Amino acid sequence: MLSTPAPVRVWEHNFAVYRRIWRSNVLGAFVQPLLYLLGMGLGVGALVDRGTNSLELLDGLSYFAFIAPALLATTAMMVSSQEALWPVIEAFMWSNSYRSMAATPLSPGQIVSGVALWQATRAAIAVTGVAIVLTFFDETRSLGLLLTIPFGALTGLAFSVPLTAWSSTRNTETSFPSIQRFVIVPLFLFGGAFYPIDQLPGWMQPIAKATPLWHGVQLCRDAVLHRLELSDTLAHVGVLIAFVVAGLAVCRITYARRLAE
Amino acid sequence: MSGPLISARKLVKRFGDFTAVDGIDIEVAPGESFGFLGPNGAGKSSTMRMIGCVSPVTDGELRIFGLDPATDGRQIRARMGVVPQSDQLDGELTVEENLVLYGRYFDIPRAESRRRTAELLDFVQLTDRAKSRVEPLSGGMKRRVTIARSLINEPELLLLDEPTTGLDPQARHILWDRLYRLKQRGVTLVITTHYMDEAEQLCDRLVVMDRGQIAAEGSPRQLIERYSTREVLELRYPAGTNEARSTDLVDIGERVEVLPDRVLIYADDGEAALSQVHARGSYPESALVRRSSLEDVFLHLTGRSLVE
Repeated sequence: MLSTPAPVRVWEHNFAVYRRIWRSNVLGAFVQPLLYLLGMGLGVGALVDRGTNSLELLDGLSYFAFIAPALLATTAMMVSSQEALWPVIEAFMWSNSYRSMAATPLSPGQIVSGVALWQATRAAIAVTGVAIVLTFFDETRSLGLLLTIPFGALTGLAFSVPLTAWSSTRNTETSFPSIQRFVIVPLFLFGGAFYPIDQLPGWMQPIAKATPLWHGVQLCRDAVLHRLELSDTLAHVGVLIAFVVAGLAVCRITYARRLAE
Repeated sequence: MSGPLISARKLVKRFGDFTAVDGIDIEVAPGESFGFLGPNGAGKSSTMRMIGCVSPVTDGELRIFGLDPATDGRQIRARMGVVPQSDQLDGELTVEENLVLYGRYFDIPRAESRRRTAELLDFVQLTDRAKSRVEPLSGGMKRRVTIARSLINEPELLLLDEPTTGLDPQARHILWDRLYRLKQRGVTLVITTHYMDEAEQLCDRLVVMDRGQIAAEGSPRQLIERYSTREVLELRYPAGTNEARSTDLVDIGERVEVLPDRVLIYADDGEAALSQVHARGSYPESALVRRSSLEDVFLHLTGRSLVE
């Protein structure tokens, strides 16, 4: 009998649920980035590009070319963080779907891997939506967009897996809005998506560089603009993978503990 | 396999300072249908979760199919079906999807999982609901879906944690009938319940659990014979007067229990006991003679009612 890897079998459950709701999801996946790009890229961009040394500050890019690829990474972050909050507590406490899985031969570690695989998929779907929108514009129509799909999925995981470790220890959802307000939104604003982080005060720059978003933004921007360099790419990917691996290690412990209760 | 399907020796489960299961010994033979009877908090569910290989044993020895849950949990779970206390179905998905996907957790190929799903939905008489979403189904139907789901891996052992709690009488009878058929097919059933009628219907043998320990063990009939009388006379007096009215009656029958809402007289001949009550000039508002049940056994063993 041909066996399917356990994480894929866990993933199938999430996919089946998603298939029921994807229609309501798909419109947003196009409309949101489009509005964002028109508003920020063209609107704010018109102001920024008029600045005397804007080209120098933006590394030779127009403001649109600067922020549009960053949208791939921020979207991945937003979508997969969502996936790591309510759905996790839902599966532990309301639908009990993790308990169902734990009653079968699946181990807590395999359940965690399946959950992460699904989070990566969600990020990849969302990033694909943005990538399609980016092909509408001359400055970002690039083969590099294909690479941003795995980069975006990895960026998403670097957020969702550590967040999952945390939300898997929660008994209520009361803290989730704060996570969004005090973690996700600041990262969104200070992670190098809207302006180069050397515009930040000196003490903030190392903090920004330590967050997964900055690495994700760099990867996506370099991929779209054909500026990927091997050493930088490896470093960015390495940092993101470190976040995922550390998160997975903690998740294995928190899931095993909670499912044994 | 020869030997018991489940054996537990001095099995203990502690949560911090609280001892949920306090050194129980049990043996379940293949094909047997075995029950844990007891009130909420008696340790039934904790025992079930240890047998289900999801909750680690604190102390003592547990073997299922001769294997140790601590090291072979995955293999044991592959051969076992679990019907949890609360339904854990995905309400957004259809009945069919719930089963097929659950089968996938056991690594059953998709086509085979579909084939078994069709067969199982027929078994629980829900074929016409295969394509319905689970969410709007009635409680009884959801339970049947859960039971069908638990059979997807063709288990040798089925664990049922309070399978009919919260269901209406008709739904309970449908479930009992299906479980009885499974038993006839040779599936070993382990059931927890706080319903006496359920234990009497389904269990060949049972243990009465109270405060983490086993208070008594035997077949329903044996337990009734050992701890009760053939019949019970139930008397109701005006509210609040049971205690006072019963003082004259304590020597009638073998034993008298005064409950807040009624007086129970344990006697082999209930009608004769009632005549004695009347002979003493005591006329209760109502009097009922019934056969002794496991509830009486429980009351006798613990001094408390099962469902409080």
